[in-house]
This record gives sequence, C-alpha cells and structure tokens, in this order.
Amino acid sequence: MSPRAACRLERLGFEQVYDYVTGIADWKAAGLPTEGTALAIQRVADATRPDVPVSTLDETIGDVRQRTLDAGWEESVVVDCDGTVIGRLRNNAWEADAETLVENVMESGPTTVRPDGPLHPLVERMEKRGTKLVVVTNPQGRLIGVLLREEARRLLTGEPPELIWKDCDGCPGQWKIQPHPRSAISNTPNPR
Amino acid sequence: MVSAIDRIELLRLIEDEDAQLVDVLPEREYAEAHIPGATNIPLRNLTSQTVSALRRDKPVVVY
Repeated sequence: MSPRAACRLERLGFEQVYDYVTGIADWKAAGLPTEGTALAIQRVADATRPDVPVSTLDETIGDVRQRTLDAGWEESVVVDCDGTVIGRLRNNAWEADAETLVENVMESGPTTVRPDGPLHPLVERMEKRGTKLVVVTNPQGRLIGVLLREEARRLLTGEPPELIWKDCDGCPGQWKIQPHPRSAISNTPNPR
Repeated sequence: MVSAIDRIELLRLIEDEDAQLVDVLPEREYAEAHIPGATNIPLRNLTSQTVSALRRDKPVVVY
C-alpha cells in the first residue's frame, strides 16, 4: 500500500518522498511506542530494561563476572559483534576458572521474546515455569534488553513504571520518544 | 524518486530533518495504533486536497 502512496505523493509534486516499507509492524517489533486505542494492552516492551550487562565470546569469565557483580546483576547476556544474542551467563558459569573464555561456559541459543508481544501471557508463562528473566530481542535477534518477571508483575498490577525502575537510564517510563509535533497538521481527527 | 527506508533512517529523518509521517492505512487501523505524530491520510483519500497541509520543503515518509 505504501509504495502506491509514495508514487502518488510524487505525482502530486512532493520531491522528498520516502517509503517506510516495513511500517508499523517493524516499528512495534522494535519496541518503539505507538499511539492509539491498542495502547490499553501492555506489551513486553513496557517492562523491558536495557541495562543488563553484556559480554562477548572472547572475554574471560573473571572479567565479566566482576563487571556483572559490580552492576548488581546475577547474569550477563552474550552478544556477537553486531549485538545479536548468542548466549547467557548465569548460575554455574560463574564458577568457572577466571581465565575461562565466555564461549566455553555460556548457555547457547537462549530463549528470546519480541517486544511487541502481549505482556500478561508472557508473565503467566514465566510464573508457571519459574522463569525469572527473559531476553528481549528485535526480529533480527539483536538485544533490546531483558524482562524481569517480578518487575513485569508489578507493572501488571498497576504500579507506575517510574516507581518500579527508579535509577535506570533508558528503563520503562523514561525511554519512550516524544510524540512528533507534526500531528498538528492532521486532516483526520486524532482518535485520542 | 521514492526511496525505500528502514527504521534507522526513519528515526534520522524525524530527528534531523523534521520529516512528516503519513500513515496511509485505513482509519480504523490508524486509530488502533500508529507511530506518534503520524498523520492519517488513507490511500484512497490521497488527493491534492488532503495533502495540502503537508509542507513541500520537508521530507514526507509514508507507511
């Protein structure tokens, strides 16, 4: 639909026309905010925090362990050079010799979820399975952040995000982009 | 010449060039969810009249 719209705009005399081909689906999949009536449904992105420690395959457990503990976390997400999630470090991995390379002790191929999925069913599944943390990626598998079950549960019970994530840069309640002032030119009444 | 862009380029155009976003989906879909700041002009309504409020000296991004 959008390619036809773009062509039509060109024919109407617009010289700088761009087509965001993947559209709203791609936008939502990246965890970016939207406006509209669908906002009533809380999404995974609403409880995703980006500040989880990350590590790479060629680092040593000793270095990563120190960095992770210093940041107050119990696990680290392993990413490759372009940010794609390839593993997790937690539990027994921390007991390895300090010089052990991450790639030798990480859990490969961790379960990930997308930020645009509904939050409530995910938290229900996590509670049923005893899962405390899940990794959130975009459709290409790149790390967006992690969701902690207890924080998500608090959000679902109505606690304001600014009380749940107090000292966390980029956490929910602090990371959403501002609506663009361009909406003022709309020819269609804004539903909100 | 229309250029196809990805999300990264879209965010750059919004931030750096004050791009205008036009959601060409039907009104009901726009009402459910749209990118913040997007104007809704459904494809079937895209005429010289309905686009008259868009600035011609700024980029226009459709989706």
